[in-house]
Amino acid sequence: MKTKYLLPVAAVALAALPTMGFAQDAAPSFDEIGPYIMTTLLFCMAGFLVFFMAAGFAMLEGGLVRSKNVTMQMTKNIALYSVAAIMYWLIGFNLMYPGDFNGYVGSFFVITQLDPVGVAAADAALDYASVGSDFFFQLVFVAATASIVSGALAERIKLWPFLAFVVLLTGVLYPISGSWQWGGGWLSEAGFSDFAGSTVVHSVGGWAALAGAIVLGPRLGKYKDGRVNPMPGSNLALATLGTFILWLGWFGFNGGSQLAMGTVGDVSDVSRIFANTNMAAAAGAVTALILTQVLYKKPDLTMVLNGALAGLVSITAEPLAPTLFGALWIGSIGGVIVVLTVPLLDKLKIDDVVGAIPVHLFAGIWGTIAVVFYNGDAVLATQLLGIAAYGVFTFVASLIVWFILKVTLGIRVSEEEELQGLDVSELGMEAYPEFTKA
Amino acid sequence: MPSLTSRPVLIRVTAQSRVSAKRPGLLVVGTVNNRKGWQNVKLIIAAIKPFKLEEVREALTTIGVRGMMVTEIKGFGSQSGHTEIYRGAEYAVNFVPKVKLEIVVAASMADQVVETIQSTAKTDKIGDGKIFVLDVQSAVRVRTGETNDDAL
Repeated sequence: MKTKYLLPVAAVALAALPTMGFAQDAAPSFDEIGPYIMTTLLFCMAGFLVFFMAAGFAMLEGGLVRSKNVTMQMTKNIALYSVAAIMYWLIGFNLMYPGDFNGYVGSFFVITQLDPVGVAAADAALDYASVGSDFFFQLVFVAATASIVSGALAERIKLWPFLAFVVLLTGVLYPISGSWQWGGGWLSEAGFSDFAGSTVVHSVGGWAALAGAIVLGPRLGKYKDGRVNPMPGSNLALATLGTFILWLGWFGFNGGSQLAMGTVGDVSDVSRIFANTNMAAAAGAVTALILTQVLYKKPDLTMVLNGALAGLVSITAEPLAPTLFGALWIGSIGGVIVVLTVPLLDKLKIDDVVGAIPVHLFAGIWGTIAVVFYNGDAVLATQLLGIAAYGVFTFVASLIVWFILKVTLGIRVSEEEELQGLDVSELGMEAYPEFTKA
Repeated sequence: MPSLTSRPVLIRVTAQSRVSAKRPGLLVVGTVNNRKGWQNVKLIIAAIKPFKLEEVREALTTIGVRGMMVTEIKGFGSQSGHTEIYRGAEYAVNFVPKVKLEIVVAASMADQVVETIQSTAKTDKIGDGKIFVLDVQSAVRVRTGETNDDAL
């Protein structure tokens, strides 16, 4: 089926098959369909990478929670991804990309329809990409937003109320706010600039997580007698693997957000984005490594992992325009932000198990501001307007949803269940059940 | 083979044995149990620094110890705990990792085993561990049913 489109990619193959010329008398030239094919390919490849970020989040969170909550964290991660996939089909995609709309809220319940099987070139969106690739690429982004929330609220939230929040976040909240920018809504008209989603994706997840952490409260014993009691994670090897997977996935996240690969300029830009993305992550990690050594006399691996991710979030709003040096210092400031704001949240008694709020919200805000340094079209006031708009909408809406869930279903497990660990109390299944090598 | 659990009276013997362990000359023989050799088996419990385990095992096999049980444990003694920093917050590590050895040997060998562990596990730094010696009521080899020092 796809052969019809793949063959023209190779000019040699096209020349060797002159029969095609009169089999289809209006056969499109490569110039006409090449960009469509290449961009569709970009969306598919980048989509696979961003999909794999779900595994990265799962491993990062699984490593940073205690072993009595690992099964629950894995359950939440695969469930939230799957719920997001269904909700984005049912409501989200067309709510976020409504076409012509009032700029604030698109239409609900327009279910996503794919291109027909074997769509003809004349019927395809030749100036863009296939609907399937576009839908898939956008859907893996919304799943990332929900993953951010699961990490912050780990070790004390009930499964079903959490998933109820994910339904609303991925089906309604994220698509509405996303439409303001990427759907061509009012912020996009105002000149707000957020290339791959420092604000649209990461801050939104961070705001939702912050609202949840406030309503939910800290883990038992985390803040006691004016002291912070750390609860070290169960497996730093998994947490490190998760961070590397996220780093890999980010090449798709930012590179795919070029949204075009049909020209020399576009494909070069995609590679430029890869290089900048990588540099920002490296700078964030090295910064956190050095800073924790200086501040605490020993490097803190969990902070280095967060630092790499903060570097990635920081460059996400503008991964194309900066030089490599620009990516370095923007990512580096992301690393500083994480190391300084993780203890700050603890001072406020906001318990964020994996550092999701510093990484995704605080570094996301920084990245959105940093756009103005290298993108001449971005204006600081407009960037701040966008940050505030997403913040107010997502934080307030999330607070309301969390509060309603709290008074109806209840969002928190009982004290006894929390102490026992959610694996046994909520799921009856331990991640590491064997006493010894039996 | 007689069941071990059918002799609760032996609990009292343990108390007597503890006294006699300090004064071997007064070792009470056959008050309750007339099994051959029951009083001649000692249990040596030692908590040592984990990295010393291999060295101690080697030294013990050299002097003829033919088996031991090893457990990873945490605990505190005069070394006490220390503080670490996790994600910017200081916390106390109250229990220090150690390795616990349990060695059952004939009473005649016990002193030599204790001395070997003591001299091998010693680093002259605080936290080197402790050694305890207890009397064993009985021992049985699972495969053959042999008892007490025959079972070792």
